[in-house]
Amino acid sequence: MTLAEGVWHQIFSFEHYGELLALVRNSLIVGAALGLVGGLAGVFVIMRDLPFAVHGISELSFAGASAALLLGVNIVGGSIVGSLLAAGAIGVLGARARDRNSAIGILMPFGLGLGVLFLALYKGRAANKFGLLTGQIVAVDTPQMTWLLGTSALVLVVLAVIWRPLTFAGADPDVAAARGVPVRGLSFVFMIMLGLTVALSVQVVGALLVLTLVVTPAAAAARVTASPVLLPLLSVVFAVLSIEGGILLALGSSLPISPYVTTISFTIYALCRAAGAYRTRRWGHRRTVPQPA
Amino acid sequence: MISLRDAELSYGARVVWQGLDLDVRPGEFLAVLGPNGSGKTSFVRALLGRQPLSAGTLTVLGGPPREAGRHLGYVPQQAELPAQALLRARDLVRFGIDGHRFGPRLRTGAVRRRVGEILASVGATAYADVPLGMLSGGERQRVRIGQALATDPRILLCDEPLLSLDLNHQRAVTELVDARRRSHGTSVVFVTHEINPVLGLVDRVLYLAPGGHRIGTPEEVLTSESLSRLYGTRVDVIRVQGRVVVVGAPDGPAAPPHHTHETAHGVVRQTETEEVHP
Repeated sequence: MTLAEGVWHQIFSFEHYGELLALVRNSLIVGAALGLVGGLAGVFVIMRDLPFAVHGISELSFAGASAALLLGVNIVGGSIVGSLLAAGAIGVLGARARDRNSAIGILMPFGLGLGVLFLALYKGRAANKFGLLTGQIVAVDTPQMTWLLGTSALVLVVLAVIWRPLTFAGADPDVAAARGVPVRGLSFVFMIMLGLTVALSVQVVGALLVLTLVVTPAAAAARVTASPVLLPLLSVVFAVLSIEGGILLALGSSLPISPYVTTISFTIYALCRAAGAYRTRRWGHRRTVPQPA
Repeated sequence: MISLRDAELSYGARVVWQGLDLDVRPGEFLAVLGPNGSGKTSFVRALLGRQPLSAGTLTVLGGPPREAGRHLGYVPQQAELPAQALLRARDLVRFGIDGHRFGPRLRTGAVRRRVGEILASVGATAYADVPLGMLSGGERQRVRIGQALATDPRILLCDEPLLSLDLNHQRAVTELVDARRRSHGTSVVFVTHEINPVLGLVDRVLYLAPGGHRIGTPEEVLTSESLSRLYGTRVDVIRVQGRVVVVGAPDGPAAPPHHTHETAHGVVRQTETEEVHP
């Protein structure tokens, strides 16, 4: 066997696929829920220009999860606590975009540093440590799954209730405020929902790659549509495709799941971007006067 | 419709305006003029209930301004919207109808039809499905007016709606506003620093200046004598070919750097110019 074949076999291997599939049933269910939540939250992340906040929250979530690992308590719970602290702090400290970005820039290394500290102190399996950063598939046991699904359901319900005013407040804050929409309150509530979403994603794709579920699918969808119905729908489809596809491809191999997820998600974005360029040209031609984008 | 009594607004020690008594009648077209920093935007924010008065009273439709939000159509100053690539003209108008409601959207047919009617009434049907980021300033402003009219407002509050529009679009926008006022008796509060595009429509003018304010018809307020007194320096008001040109009015104390963009006719911008081009 040549080196290339060996590497290929490491990346793609489908021996004993049926038996393996049964092992990741929980992960597939959680993945679907995660795609749904991440795809929907991502729409607002794009609309409100929050990708950096997502990254910041995920580092704090990582710190929370590794603290939980060290203390031997529920990792999902630890991850959620870390996320919520970060999301709350960002929501309070940075109402304006400029303040927000520096608040995140300050929180993020602190969170990562704490996480590294807790992991260094932890004496258990190394795979657990690595998994928090880069994702894992078989890690989801049944009690964890209950946590993950319950949290997803909560985020979904809250998003469904605040969807309309949240869109209004994000897209057109001046008029929304004039119409009595609680712009600041909504933005805080959304940060909390985002915190929960990130905590969920950390469990599957790892802290470093949360953006691939919460930002990339929505950004890809935004390239091809501006319809308020199609945009969240496509975003969810892309997110679910990326994560389920990633799990299924990663199954036979000995590698972490995240490179599969990120590659699918990035490929979808690249395709949408190409399609979007065509769409822009079509509408661009409608103009009689050239207009800077 | 709107009633101010001895109203004062100040930020800390700096009084923006004071002693303001004003009643806006149904169907009246009130233009709010004044140099930068004279409190035009604060006036708008006060009417919207987002800026409390420091003294005096303000009622909108007989109650506190916050409660009137539903009956108030608001056209904000043009600004880049945070997500204008993700928003079509149609969606912006729709926000005006039910964007403030919580919960999922039920029964959308009637709302969709209404959005279609509004877009048609402001002449925006052709670009209803184009993302806002790809519209020109004038097109976007039409959509904005549509959004403001979507709730059948009794008061229309426009903050510099003509800024950076060419003459054709200026005319289109003012005609839309005026048509609404005539057909529904909607009161119009129109903040602008360029009176000429609306001179023929204005019933009264509220002129805010660092040294005080004046309220009256354009003929009463826009005179050399009255503006000279407001500014405390010599100001000449010249009327040429049905237009008003103000010469010598100094800019406000907190004015940002002068950005002179002349209108297409080469007519000098009102109230902020030191020189006149013929």
